Amino acid sequence: MTDTSISGAKALIACLRNEGVDTIFGYPGGVLLPLYDELYDSDIRHILVRHEQGAAHAADGYARATGKVGVCLATSGPGATNLVTGIANAYMDSVPIVAITGQVPTPMIGNDAFQEADITGITLPITKHNYLIKNINDLPWVVKEAFYIASTGRPGPVLIDLPKDITTEEFEFEYPKRVYLRGYHPDIAVDNDRVKRAASMIRESKRPVIYAGGGVIISNAASELLKLAETIMAPVTTTLLGIGAFPGTHQLALGMPGMHGTKYANYAIQESDLLITVGARFDDRVTGKIDAFAPHAKVIHIDIDPAEIGKNIRVDLPIIGNAGPVMQSLGSHLQGMQTRSQEWLAKIAAWKKEQPLQYNRSENVIKPQQVVQEFYDACPDAIIVTEVGQNQMWAAQYFKFESPRTFITSGGLGTMGYGFPAAMGAKVGCPDKTVIDIAGDGSFQMMSQELATVAKNDIKVIVAILNNGNLGMVRQWQQLFFDERYSYTNIADSVDFVKLAEAYGLIGIRVDEPSGISSAISEALAADRTVVIDFVVDPMENVFPMVPAGAAINEILDLEVAS
Amino acid sequence: MKHTLAVLVENKPGVLARVSGLFSRRGFNIESLAVGTTEDLTVSRMTIVVAGDDRVLAQVTSQLGKLIDVISISDLPPDESVDRGLALIKVAADTETRSEIMQIADIFRAKIIDVGAETLIVEVTGDQAKIVAITDMLDRFGIRELVRTGRIAMSRGTKMITGGNI
Repeated sequence: MTDTSISGAKALIACLRNEGVDTIFGYPGGVLLPLYDELYDSDIRHILVRHEQGAAHAADGYARATGKVGVCLATSGPGATNLVTGIANAYMDSVPIVAITGQVPTPMIGNDAFQEADITGITLPITKHNYLIKNINDLPWVVKEAFYIASTGRPGPVLIDLPKDITTEEFEFEYPKRVYLRGYHPDIAVDNDRVKRAASMIRESKRPVIYAGGGVIISNAASELLKLAETIMAPVTTTLLGIGAFPGTHQLALGMPGMHGTKYANYAIQESDLLITVGARFDDRVTGKIDAFAPHAKVIHIDIDPAEIGKNIRVDLPIIGNAGPVMQSLGSHLQGMQTRSQEWLAKIAAWKKEQPLQYNRSENVIKPQQVVQEFYDACPDAIIVTEVGQNQMWAAQYFKFESPRTFITSGGLGTMGYGFPAAMGAKVGCPDKTVIDIAGDGSFQMMSQELATVAKNDIKVIVAILNNGNLGMVRQWQQLFFDERYSYTNIADSVDFVKLAEAYGLIGIRVDEPSGISSAISEALAADRTVVIDFVVDPMENVFPMVPAGAAINEILDLEVAS
Repeated sequence: MKHTLAVLVENKPGVLARVSGLFSRRGFNIESLAVGTTEDLTVSRMTIVVAGDDRVLAQVTSQLGKLIDVISISDLPPDESVDRGLALIKVAADTETRSEIMQIADIFRAKIIDVGAETLIVEVTGDQAKIVAITDMLDRFGIRELVRTGRIAMSRGTKMITGGNI
């Protein structure tokens, strides 16, 4: 041991500093004591959550809002297993997070020691990669690789399992300057031949549709998408995770496709002769009945992940690569393209006009859609985070997102409880933005303990509960497909959300009539701390349009709107 | 349609679990699997036989390619490669049948590697068809125990699959 050797715990902090980490969401525990002792003196901001799942979601929200890698930290055993849902969520939505877990000392691994869990085994299918550090000399390069793997290519969560004895052992620390991984090559050159072929397919098409997903946002390629769309004058539909990749108010914007998408997005896909897919993966919530999806369209699929090509549907022209450079190259091949006939855009404009998103307004009872619209009117630039279920769909449908990283939602995994801690993470990452969690009363109760975290760390978010006293999306399906047999979906009067907020020293507001919505929003925006607004909404309101599971996406249920 | 994949992987703990776990969770069936180190001790080579059409093969290959510890994947078409497996077959043998079994072994260029009072152990190396054929031939004497390795395969001629300098 020389004078310059340092402990594993100190080295880990140094590694994190080297990676530019400014914030960790975490929760201490027995095997993490040496690491937390070092964190105590560190200038890294540590946010103590109230449940490790909250830490994982907060790191996820931080990563989606900022584009940086989010970091969460949990102790061995139950601490680590509590991260699992958050890690799976990040994996499904390709979010770069690094999860660090404590582990029992190396000599005890495999002995069913106190608070031991095989977290690398457990997270094998839900991480992009994971590590169990058994030799302290591996620590620096493992951390370097973890951040590199999490943030490059198709991003995803990486877990590092760190046994206690590694944190106390001392060694000569040096941080590696570069990563050498012979099995991982995320930088893919643009294939010019394929781009040229795509360009000629686009020139020949009469009814093109751009189908853009989360990959556009991850690739920071919103401006390339806008340019491409305007060059070729093609309408753009953005998936749930792609919302914000294209300005919602643009005349070429179609909104979201699929199960709860706009009718005109679905009609456009079904009548299209060319689907230009960018950073999207033909999820079943988008395609509906797969054999009936886009029946007349040739498909171009631009994606950084070769495994997405041909996974769900037949693709005519795959282009493997990063969405930004590929679209840029494609756009340059199409510069000055002859304008196609206006017939297609006119048809879409007519659908938009005749069959818009709609709901029955009321002066007596609050419609959840109206709450979302009034938030848009009051703060169109806010970051909107959602829970999962009806609240999520209404937020996606009725808020018009103009820029990327302003809509944060659990898409692939559909994790109830995600929204509030993710909103907390987004606010920590973007302190100058207004952050609103559009919530349901069911989802919010899954992670409401994080009210303590926002209170103690002065993190201000607005939680807008669309309180219908039900697990609304499941209730909607029971109403439509299970003969109105409402089996275990009523959760009315679970708790007084105003008092709950107040119990944590926060502000609670109840709104039970439509006329009170805007003043409550103003009050919440002006408040100096987190506000929970309990919007008592119509309990029987459903999300429409709706494509029933297994139907083609032009077989759409909609409500009758009173004139 | 069966495909034989030669997969070079980092020789690190847990790699086999990553690969086999991927097969099971993506719903692909491994028909045969053999793993060992290569000329480069930091690299292991897996020979994986997987059944499925070209689409399944494309999915398997690209999903495997996403594993950080997988260095390269090559499909070995049957006409451009050789493959071998090994089987140990414990077959019932008494004084009457012993010489006949030894003759069969001889025809298949198999070896007798253990002789007991009531059994023989036959060691046979060869491709799939040969191992099946000798097993069928020995069946009527009474096979008491059978153990087989996974198949290993290599491209014919000068084509190389090496991981060291990739």
